[in-house]
Amino acid sequence: MTATTDELLGRCVTSWSPGARGIANVVRLSGGASQETWSFDVVHPRGDFGAILRRAPEGYGAAPERAAGLAAEAVLMQQAYQAGVPSPRVLHVLTAEDGLGTGFIMDRVAGETIPRKILRDEEFAAARPKLARQLGKVLADIHGLPLSQLPELRRMTAAAEIAELERDYRAFSGPRPVFELALKWLRDNDPGPSENVTLVHGDFRHGNLIIGPGGIRAVLDWELAHLGDPMEDLGWICVNSWRFGEIDKPVGGFGTREELFAGYEAAGRSADPARVMFWEVMGTLRWGVMCCGMMQRFRTSPERSIERAMIGRRSSETEIDLLRLLAPRT
Amino acid sequence: MQDDPTPGELIAAAADFLRNDIMPQLSGHSAFKLRVTINALDLVTRQLMLEAGCDAAELNRLSQLLGKDGSLVELNGELADRIARGEATLETPGVADHLWQTTLDKLAIDQPNYGSYRRERDAKLD
Repeated sequence: MTATTDELLGRCVTSWSPGARGIANVVRLSGGASQETWSFDVVHPRGDFGAILRRAPEGYGAAPERAAGLAAEAVLMQQAYQAGVPSPRVLHVLTAEDGLGTGFIMDRVAGETIPRKILRDEEFAAARPKLARQLGKVLADIHGLPLSQLPELRRMTAAAEIAELERDYRAFSGPRPVFELALKWLRDNDPGPSENVTLVHGDFRHGNLIIGPGGIRAVLDWELAHLGDPMEDLGWICVNSWRFGEIDKPVGGFGTREELFAGYEAAGRSADPARVMFWEVMGTLRWGVMCCGMMQRFRTSPERSIERAMIGRRSSETEIDLLRLLAPRT
Repeated sequence: MQDDPTPGELIAAAADFLRNDIMPQLSGHSAFKLRVTINALDLVTRQLMLEAGCDAAELNRLSQLLGKDGSLVELNGELADRIARGEATLETPGVADHLWQTTLDKLAIDQPNYGSYRRERDAKLD
């Protein structure tokens, strides 16, 4: 962070945290050109506390097509928090006076997001058997947020999603018979628009869930939130790519679909296993197409990121998973 | 004709050096990036060993399946089109077997430790 941005952040903090003396331990966590995540501590006489800044720097206001936008993300996070969804408290929404671009500042929630630790470390042994059911309830609560209070979001259907995936696949990759098979299957098995249209988180999976020894602590990253079939979220978290080797535990490598559905239904909503399976196929193809997109970005961006290059070579993982779903050998 | 060592031997030696001598000296993000780099070199080593055989077998299957000759890209394009039009399906003799074999051969190079690949590869050996 340049000195100026650091100063701006320090000044901004005193505007919403009365008595704050400044900031410390500023670290950039991640982010590409359009979105950044920073961690810092607010120095306060009544006790320092951790905070996260999520922002698009000035000049990067335009959100990519799929993104809900940071302003919408902040509103969704506030509403989720108020509805009892485990969620960081939003402390401040950036204003033009802050000079920090668009975005917001939220509580830093302690816990783990790294899948291999969550799935293997002793610290989470007691959480693992409970997680799928807990996440079912969390999703039910997200899907229960009143539509009338939501910010403006994209309305998506399976048919629109298939068309987008097809367009992206053809833009990013040469011919792939397995992807073609999956697209054909999706078109032939599209269950039609959902009777039930709700808020969909859009990226509910490892990496966006903060886990502690007692289970779920916070849901992050509402960037892909939209309105649509709630079963999409249940299917996405079952995609094999998020099982990290624990392939017999479909929900994030820690639980069963039945546990996920039981938690969802205990919270008063009903799960539709056939639709969930449809969205799992869609999600598997979607991640595969995203891997192809990473390859394209590697090839066209001056950065030459080895990580992106290698994610490009993971699209074949989704091909074997699609075959396991659509053409099982036994 | 080029002299030995072969490209495969050179890349494997470079990967071993990074893995055994450099990796222990790094931590944090640099260690992560080096691990990804070593994975990339290992992938190239596998591709140099396996690609020619896999490609020849894939081309042969595609020619048989489609009843015509062409390059791998052309024939994959033709198969993709036929699948999209519903002219080739999982019920068409040879299609499912071809897709499975091709995909297993890709994973053997890309990610031989991937869980579903290991499951399917080992099931095949039974």
